[in-house]
Amino acid sequence: MTFQQPGPHAPENQPPPPVPALSLRGLAKRFGGKIAVDGLSLDVPAGSFFGIVGPNGAGKTTTLSMATGLLRPDFGTAFVHGVDVWRQPLEAKKLMGILPDGVRLFDRLTGEQLVTYAGLLRGMDKDVVSGRVAELLAALDLGPDAGTLVVDYSAGMTKKIALASALIHAPRLLVLDEPFESVDPVSAANIRDILDRYVASGGTVIVSSHVMDLVQRMCDHVAVVAAGRLLAAGTVDEVRAGASLEDRFVQLVGGRNHTEGLEWLRTF
Amino acid sequence: MVAHLLRLKLTLLRNSVRRSPWQLVGLGIGVLYALGLVGLAIAGLLVLRGQDAGLAQTVVVLGGAAALLGWAVIPVAAAAADMTLDPARFTTFAVPMPQLLTGLALGGLIGIPGTATALVALGTVGTWSRSLPAAAGALVGAVLGVLSCIVLSKVVTTATAGLASSRRFKDASAVVFLIPLVLMGPIVTGVAEGIAGSGDFLAALARTLSWTPAGAAWSLGGELAVGSYGAAGLKFLIALATLAGLALCWKLLLQRALVTTPYAGTSKKRAGGLGFFRLFPATPAGAVAARSLSYWLRDPRYSGSLVVVPLLPVLFLFQATQTGSYGLLLFVGPLTAFLLAWSISTDVSYDNTAFALHVATGVRGVHDRLGRAVACLVFALPVVVGLSVLPFLFGADWQLLPGVLGLSLGVLFSGVGLSSVVSARYTVAVPLPGDSPFKKPPGNVAQTLAVQFGGMGVLLVLVIPEAALLAAQFVTGSALPGWINVVLGPVLGLALLAAGVRLGGKWLDARGPELLAQLAVNR
Repeated sequence: MTFQQPGPHAPENQPPPPVPALSLRGLAKRFGGKIAVDGLSLDVPAGSFFGIVGPNGAGKTTTLSMATGLLRPDFGTAFVHGVDVWRQPLEAKKLMGILPDGVRLFDRLTGEQLVTYAGLLRGMDKDVVSGRVAELLAALDLGPDAGTLVVDYSAGMTKKIALASALIHAPRLLVLDEPFESVDPVSAANIRDILDRYVASGGTVIVSSHVMDLVQRMCDHVAVVAAGRLLAAGTVDEVRAGASLEDRFVQLVGGRNHTEGLEWLRTF
Repeated sequence: MVAHLLRLKLTLLRNSVRRSPWQLVGLGIGVLYALGLVGLAIAGLLVLRGQDAGLAQTVVVLGGAAALLGWAVIPVAAAAADMTLDPARFTTFAVPMPQLLTGLALGGLIGIPGTATALVALGTVGTWSRSLPAAAGALVGAVLGVLSCIVLSKVVTTATAGLASSRRFKDASAVVFLIPLVLMGPIVTGVAEGIAGSGDFLAALARTLSWTPAGAAWSLGGELAVGSYGAAGLKFLIALATLAGLALCWKLLLQRALVTTPYAGTSKKRAGGLGFFRLFPATPAGAVAARSLSYWLRDPRYSGSLVVVPLLPVLFLFQATQTGSYGLLLFVGPLTAFLLAWSISTDVSYDNTAFALHVATGVRGVHDRLGRAVACLVFALPVVVGLSVLPFLFGADWQLLPGVLGLSLGVLFSGVGLSSVVSARYTVAVPLPGDSPFKKPPGNVAQTLAVQFGGMGVLLVLVIPEAALLAAQFVTGSALPGWINVVLGPVLGLALLAAGVRLGGKWLDARGPELLAQLAVNR
C-alpha cells in the first residue's frame, strides 16, 4: 500500500508544514448529567502508530466515535489530514478506516459478503473489491470460514472480520477501538504485522487499548486519557519517562487501592 | 435453599418490572388476560359439577392432557422458555441436586403460566366435590398433574437446550410457530367441528389417555366419584411413577447439561457464495439492496412476514367459504401491499447499531433508501400483482380488476416511499438482532406506537385518490374510474416513492449520527 504525500505543490526545497493525520480540537460530549469527554485536544502525527490508553469509562470510545463521524460532539471538531470531519463528512470518511467497539455487524451476512458489502458501500469497483476481499480474508486467517455467517463466528473472528471491513478501501488513517480484544495470540501477531507494514509505508494507525504492555511494544506514540481529559501525550518514551508505561499510567491516573483488610482471604 | 431459590425468582420478577413502568403495564395486561381465561376455565369446571360424571371425566382428562402437551411444546416451539432460573447459572454454587431440582420446579409455579395452570387444576377439585374421596382424589391429582407439567417442561427444555440455543433452530422455530398462530381461526373452527361430530371418539380417547402418564393424574377424581377404587389406586401409582420418572430424567439430563457446554453445531464454509451481491449491480444502492434481500431470507424478524403473506389469501378464502361472500377477498391485494410496504418502516431499527457501517462508510442517504426500497419491491411487486388478480379467479367481477390493481400498486409504492422517510427519521422498539420475533422489545413503547399509528394514518391520506376512484367504480358501476385508477395508482405511487426516497435520503445524510445514537440506546 502506498500513499500520496500531502501537498504535491509544495516547493521542493522547503519541507511542507506537517498536517496531522488526526487533529482533535476541544471535543466535548455530555450524556445526561455525565460529562464523558471534557474539551479534549490532541494531534496524531501522520505516519505514527498511536496508542490511546485509559481506564474503563475514560471516554476513549466516545472520543474516537466523535473523531470518526459516528457521534456528533457537543463542542469542538476533528480534522483528518486537514479535512473537517463534521463539515465535510464524505471526504473525511474516505480517508478513514474505522473499527468501532461495541457496535453490531450485519451478522446475517457471510464473512465474505460483509467485507464485500463494506467495499461496495464505499463505491469501490467490483473487481478491486473481490480481489482485496480474498487477500484480506487470507491474511487474517479467515479463509476457511469465509462462507460462514458472521453470527456464527467466535468473538475473535468477529473482531477480525470487522477489521477487514475497515481495511478494504486502503484508508490513510486507521482508527481501531480495542482491536485485539479476544483475538488469539497468533492472529494478533498477524494483525500486528499487517499494521506495522501499513505504518512503514506511510499510513497512520490509532488504537485504543487498556493493555499497557501491548501499547508499549507496538506503538511509537501514546496518549493517556482519564475522565474525559488528556493527561499526557507524545512519543512512548517521552510519556513513560524511564518507567514502564504501566507504572507511569497508574501514576498519572491514580486510583490504586491500598486499603487494608481482606485478611480473612489469607486464613482459608 | 429451596426458599432461597423461590425468593430469587420473585426478586428477579420484581426487578424485571422495575426497569420501566411500561413493563409493569405489559405484565398487568398479561395478568388480566390470564385471569380472564382462568376465570372462564374454572367457571366451566364448576358447571361440570352438576353434569354427568362421564362427560366431566372426558373434559377434565382431555384438558389435563392438553395442558401437559402445551407445557412440553410451547416453550421450545416459541423459543420463549422461561430462563430466569437457568440451571447453568447455579453450576458454581454447588447447590445439592435434590434441593436445586425442588427449588427450580416450585419456581416454575411463580409467573403467569405456572399460576394459571395451578389455579385451573385446583378448579377440578370443584368439579369432583361430589363426595369427600372424589374431592381429595382430585386435589392429589391436581398437585401431581401440575408438578408433572412443570417437570416435563423442564425435561424438554433441558434436553433441547443444546438444540434450542443453536441459531438455526431458533430462526426456524420462530418462523414456523407463526403458521399456526396466523391460521388460529380456521384451526379452531376445524377442531370444534371435529369435536361436535365425534363425541364418542373423544370419550374413548379420554378413557385410553386416563391409563397413560398423560391423563392418569387428572382422572383420579373421576374414578373415585364413580366408586372404582381399584382403578383409582392403579392410576395414582401411574401418576406417581410418571412424576418420579420425569424427575429422574430431568436430574440425569441436568447433571449432564451442567458439565457439557452447548455445542454450536456450525460447519465451516469456504468462500465463493456472494449470493445476492452477484445479482445486483456493484454500486452502493445495489449493495444495500443485496444486503436487505439477504436479510429478508435469513433474519427471522423479516422472514416471519414472508411466511404470513402466503397465509393471508388462505385466511381470506377460508372466511369467504364460511360466509359465502367473496367481497373481502377483493382487498387481499391492497392489504398485502400495505403490510409489505409498511414492514420496511422499521428497517433501520432492525439494523440496530450495525447501521454504524453505513455512517462510517459515508454511503449517501439516497442510495441507502433506494437499496432498501428496491429489495422490498423485488418480491413485493409480483406478490401484490398476483394477489390482486387472485380474487377474480374465484369469480369476482373482472371489471373491477383495473381499479383493484391501481389501488394495490398505489398503496405499495406510496407505502414504500413513506416507509423510506419514516425509517430515516424515527427509531421504534423492535426485537434485537438474533432475538425471536415474539420477544418483547426493549425501548420506548410510546414513541413506537405514535410512529406506527401516525405513519399508517399518513399512508391512508396518501392513497385517498386511489381509494376514492375504486369507491366511485363501486357506486357508479362504470368501468372508467377503474381504468383511470390503473394508470393513476402506479404513477402517483411512484412519484411519492421518488419523493420519499429523496427526502429520507436527505434526512439520513443530515442526521445519520443522531439516528445511530438513538439506536445505541436500544442495544
